[in-house]
Amino acid sequence: MFYREAGQFKTNYRADQAIFPILQDRIGLGLILVVAFVVIPLVGGDFFIKSMMIPFLILSLAAIGLNILTGYCGQLSLGTGAFMGVGAYSCYKLFTFFPEVNIIIHILLSGFFAAGVGIIFGLPSLRIKGLYLAITTLAAQFFLEWAFIRIPWLYNYNDSGAIDATSPTLFGYPIDPASGNPIHIYLIVLSIVVVLTWVASNVIRGRIGRSWMMIRDMDIAAELMGIKPLNAKLSAFAMSSYYCGVSGAMMVFLWLGSAEVESFNINISFQVLFMIIIGGMGSLIGCFMGAAFIFILPILIRAFPVAMGIDIGASTVEHFTQLIIGTLIIVFLIMEPHGLARLWQIGKEKLRNWPFPYG
Amino acid sequence: MDLLNEIFVSPFGLMFDIPDLLIQTIWEGFVSGVLYALIALGFVLIYKASGVFNFAQGIMVVFAALTLVGLYALGIPAWLALLLTLGVMALLAIGVERFVLRPLVGQNDAILLMATIGLTLFLKGAGESIFGGEPKSMITTELGLPTGVSDWEVFGGRVSFQHLDIAAVVIATIMVIGLAVFFSKTRIGRALRAVADDHQAALSVGISLNQIWAIVWFAAGIVALVTGIMWGARSDVSFALEVIALKALAVLILGGFTSIPGAIVGGLIIGIGEKVFEVYWGGLFGGGVEAWFAYVLALIFLLFRPQGLFGEKIIERV
Repeated sequence: MFYREAGQFKTNYRADQAIFPILQDRIGLGLILVVAFVVIPLVGGDFFIKSMMIPFLILSLAAIGLNILTGYCGQLSLGTGAFMGVGAYSCYKLFTFFPEVNIIIHILLSGFFAAGVGIIFGLPSLRIKGLYLAITTLAAQFFLEWAFIRIPWLYNYNDSGAIDATSPTLFGYPIDPASGNPIHIYLIVLSIVVVLTWVASNVIRGRIGRSWMMIRDMDIAAELMGIKPLNAKLSAFAMSSYYCGVSGAMMVFLWLGSAEVESFNINISFQVLFMIIIGGMGSLIGCFMGAAFIFILPILIRAFPVAMGIDIGASTVEHFTQLIIGTLIIVFLIMEPHGLARLWQIGKEKLRNWPFPYG
Repeated sequence: MDLLNEIFVSPFGLMFDIPDLLIQTIWEGFVSGVLYALIALGFVLIYKASGVFNFAQGIMVVFAALTLVGLYALGIPAWLALLLTLGVMALLAIGVERFVLRPLVGQNDAILLMATIGLTLFLKGAGESIFGGEPKSMITTELGLPTGVSDWEVFGGRVSFQHLDIAAVVIATIMVIGLAVFFSKTRIGRALRAVADDHQAALSVGISLNQIWAIVWFAAGIVALVTGIMWGARSDVSFALEVIALKALAVLILGGFTSIPGAIVGGLIIGIGEKVFEVYWGGLFGGGVEAWFAYVLALIFLLFRPQGLFGEKIIERV
């Protein structure tokens, strides 16, 4: 009723192959973009933009990265945090060497270093798969974490061992998280995320993306149909790591301001994995939903006892959050293995058929 | 040339010059290897019987130790606390079987792995909510475990053995022998092996899979409790153990996912290897190599022998 494609005729192949063939989808997306680009900067407070929207967008990008590898190509990875770290550290080094170059170029370039490292640690995936591969990605995680501590060149030999965003500017405006205007930073992050999401959705629809999905669904059949596992898997590793790397670079330069190796430890790998499990494996919109869910749930849990007038400590809240997220992961895997994205799809289907029970 | 010397000559020279350091290093590695092996054993038990890769084994170790210490802190005598902890682990096993495994039966490996990651988070949250997140010390003497140090004069040097470590090795050995007997001699043990061999054939001769899974998770829980006591006595009971427990994954790669001897040998290789490597070659890398040695060894191993030392079948090649 509200959402139907009836009467929307396609007169050429271009229109037929568009990302959003249905008019209502295009309107919906346009509305979301207007809200994101115009309404939130106008209405949202500093706290909302700085501590909720920016981290949410950055983590969504990391979730897209992992979803490309795990959701679309079927290679389980526990090394997301380390790949984000590679992006962050290489962005820091690039910024040290070329401080006059635009920071956005650095952020986008640093993803390529992460992609290179991703390809190296993706090489075992050519011989092994499944759980064994998950363990080799753990090797990547721990080895890179160690490298971030033990190679002082990476953090310019400073005593703290931390990397910090040394006040980058863009067109004369300061954009480091401490002194910059949150709205400027937010718009930069949003633009990068929107553009990269758009690229990802097109790559996934195209030849490469379909070869990933073939490998995921059945690798032997895919090989028989002429897909080279080498190309498909390594390109998935490269693209996934690129996204994680960009996300890590943004995390340091546009969100945290400075970061130590703890910011990229195994916990963040798990956190991103939870985002794609709850959001939905093999779905881009699921990445955003999962990131919002995992990131905002603790904030809500923290706010709840305050609203109820109960006084509990911050650590207790942390523990309850873990308890609830753990339970939710199991519940989602049992009840709705395709995650929030699937619920979204069911909702759309309901809207389309309303007021009839089925269409 | 200097580098080659550092790698190939001087470490061995050092080993010969100070043999007591070598023995001490190997002993330390041996003890932590035994503990890695115990964690890996818990993985293998569950993997064999249900094909589930139990990521939560590490946290089960912490959870069991925390429960024991927490119950003792309530004023319950040590032996009763031990029994009650066993009861908690049994309840956990039944709960996991009923609420996690049964609804997910037939799903692929990755989904089950992620479910156990969810279980890890759940147990961590539950343990911290109930017992608090701060590190606690294990009730070593109350459980009747020996403390103290023996020194052994050798090659003009001295090697010291913690009595606790010796007890850990002895108890681990007894437990492994006990498990081996249980598996080969008892009715339930035979049923377990039947399930490990072939689920459907086992079902068709009247073995209840649900019951077997609960039992096997309980067995893994017992192993976790013993590991938790030993490890807790060496350092303290805290959630930092969880990261160390991930090393058991590397042990599994070395030993093979389905082999109990493999878990033990793999654990010892990793335990001794990482200590020796840290002491003699660690300086080359700036130290701290213990954090990744196990994984990189596993990675290299995977490239040449993916089924592990004693793995039963060759895993699917891609």
